[in-house]
Amino acid sequence: MTVIEARGLRKAFGKTVALDGVNLNVDEGRILGLIGPNGAGKSTALNAILGLTQYQGGLKVLGRDPWNERDQLMCDVCFIADVAVLPRWMRVSQSLDYVAGVHPRFDRAKAEGFLAKTDIKRGSKIRELSKGMVTQLHLALVMAIDAKLLVLDEPTLGLDILYRKQFYDSLLNDYFDRTRTIIVTTHQVEDVQHVLTDLMFINRGRIVLDCTMEDFDSRFLEVTVHPDHVAAARALKPIHERQVIGRSVLLFDHVDRQQLAPLGDVRKPSISDLFVAMLGDGPGDKGGAVQGATR
Amino acid sequence: MNTPLNSVPESSVGSQAVEPAVVSETRPLYWSIRRELWENRSIYIALLAAAGVYLVGYTISLFWVPRSMREIVPPHSTPPLIELAMPYAHAGMLIAATAFLVGIFYSLDALHGERRDRSILFWKSLPVSDLTTVLAKASVPLVILPVLVFVIAVLLQIVMWLESGAVLLLTGASTAMPWAPPVFEMQLVLLYSLVVMALWHAPLYMWMLLVSGWPRRATFLWAVFPPLALAAIEYIAFHTTYLATMLYSRLLGFDALAFDLVDKNGVPVDAHFIPLAQLAPGRFLSSPGLWLGLIFAAICVAGAVRLRRYQGPI
Repeated sequence: MTVIEARGLRKAFGKTVALDGVNLNVDEGRILGLIGPNGAGKSTALNAILGLTQYQGGLKVLGRDPWNERDQLMCDVCFIADVAVLPRWMRVSQSLDYVAGVHPRFDRAKAEGFLAKTDIKRGSKIRELSKGMVTQLHLALVMAIDAKLLVLDEPTLGLDILYRKQFYDSLLNDYFDRTRTIIVTTHQVEDVQHVLTDLMFINRGRIVLDCTMEDFDSRFLEVTVHPDHVAAARALKPIHERQVIGRSVLLFDHVDRQQLAPLGDVRKPSISDLFVAMLGDGPGDKGGAVQGATR
Repeated sequence: MNTPLNSVPESSVGSQAVEPAVVSETRPLYWSIRRELWENRSIYIALLAAAGVYLVGYTISLFWVPRSMREIVPPHSTPPLIELAMPYAHAGMLIAATAFLVGIFYSLDALHGERRDRSILFWKSLPVSDLTTVLAKASVPLVILPVLVFVIAVLLQIVMWLESGAVLLLTGASTAMPWAPPVFEMQLVLLYSLVVMALWHAPLYMWMLLVSGWPRRATFLWAVFPPLALAAIEYIAFHTTYLATMLYSRLLGFDALAFDLVDKNGVPVDAHFIPLAQLAPGRFLSSPGLWLGLIFAAICVAGAVRLRRYQGPI
């Protein structure tokens, strides 16, 4: 089942184009990482999906038009827009009461169960909790909702590595199943590398890479080239070249590992390696060139 | 590379489908109003504080009551009703005036606070429509505050009545003569007045609510300055004061419409004790000013709903 279907999604703020004809298909049971530099259009895309901003073009989320049906859509969609959006004046118990009061798919016992594993006291005000605890609370609220789509926009911003790891562990072990879909944007790509099933790069309002993680693993290879073989390696048309301690590191797309092995040390790149390769030489410089990288 | 599909247990907690509870149409509204009361505790604290201050002052004043009663009442005659009614009327007026100020400042912050602290993103992540949220916020000055004023004023007046009775008994003054006004009748008039004021002031509150959804800061200035500026322009340009008169009437003009301030003998009625016979609900409900105001209030509510749909954090 297709959870999100966007055709020619476009959004401009004055003369600034935030989304420039984005086409997007997200199927049920996927965990999609939407990665891009600041101002690339990630949050605008998510806001359109969540019904928080108007847009041009076609967009259906769970078969609904998000802009006109936001409140009905929110029965099946959850989002954490940022860790700092829980109202600071609210008590933890009030947040449970409120969500239980307004959300038909909220399971309070489940939320209480998640909170029991933390040090969060029911009587505390949210302003009294640490940033990590606020994230735990927000995640407990969201995970207790039987939603079909969960949208996470920089959910772990400002958290230390322990909380970040715990966040994604909880998400995978206690929440995700194959009927749910998750979209996550983050700059901490190393945190989500092993979490994602699909990867999408966005830059200047355009999708510049759209592949499954299986594709990512099979397509891209990085070679630390022996100085004698640099010319031969360049002849294989790497998509990026950088220098590390005097040696050339070249990134290849769709080049056979056996072809590369004689040229130097071959390894799988990380998402951040590919991100830097595609988008690191100045925003948009590779935008046109990597269109071919979309599936 | 490991994908999570391999590592996710089949029987994860989340896979147990939750039977969606039936949520009635009014449930989100009820919980939205509750959250307004959680967030804005000043709504009832300010009224209770006003009642407390008045009660302290009134209790101290009771030490002088027997003497003042002797001064104002010749032996074996009836004390003037207005003198008796005055403390009770002032109690109601003080709490109602406090509620008016609370309502104005609440409305000015209603759609601004959630944008300022970014919590609008949390509220919008839940299945509560913008209309429900705005109606919950509108109900605070229009319904919740008048109800609270009535309950607190009634309780205060009952305590005042008991206190004054007790003081008279303890000081040996006669309780045979009237020592309190017809409090129940006063409370019925208070209830009527609160309904009248809520309806009459609805456009003011809803204008403030609308403005709270627009500017990034200084909502008070945005709400107050444009009408005053227009009134000033009118006066400078045409030497007329229609707008200023209209604004003044919107604040205090309800009493001349909702009450007959002259009794059937042509004697002016004192505002401290307005008998039930002097209420004029028919005239009030048929006045164009009321309905034009309510139409303006409805337009402001519709505008606020629309604004909230478009607005995000600031």
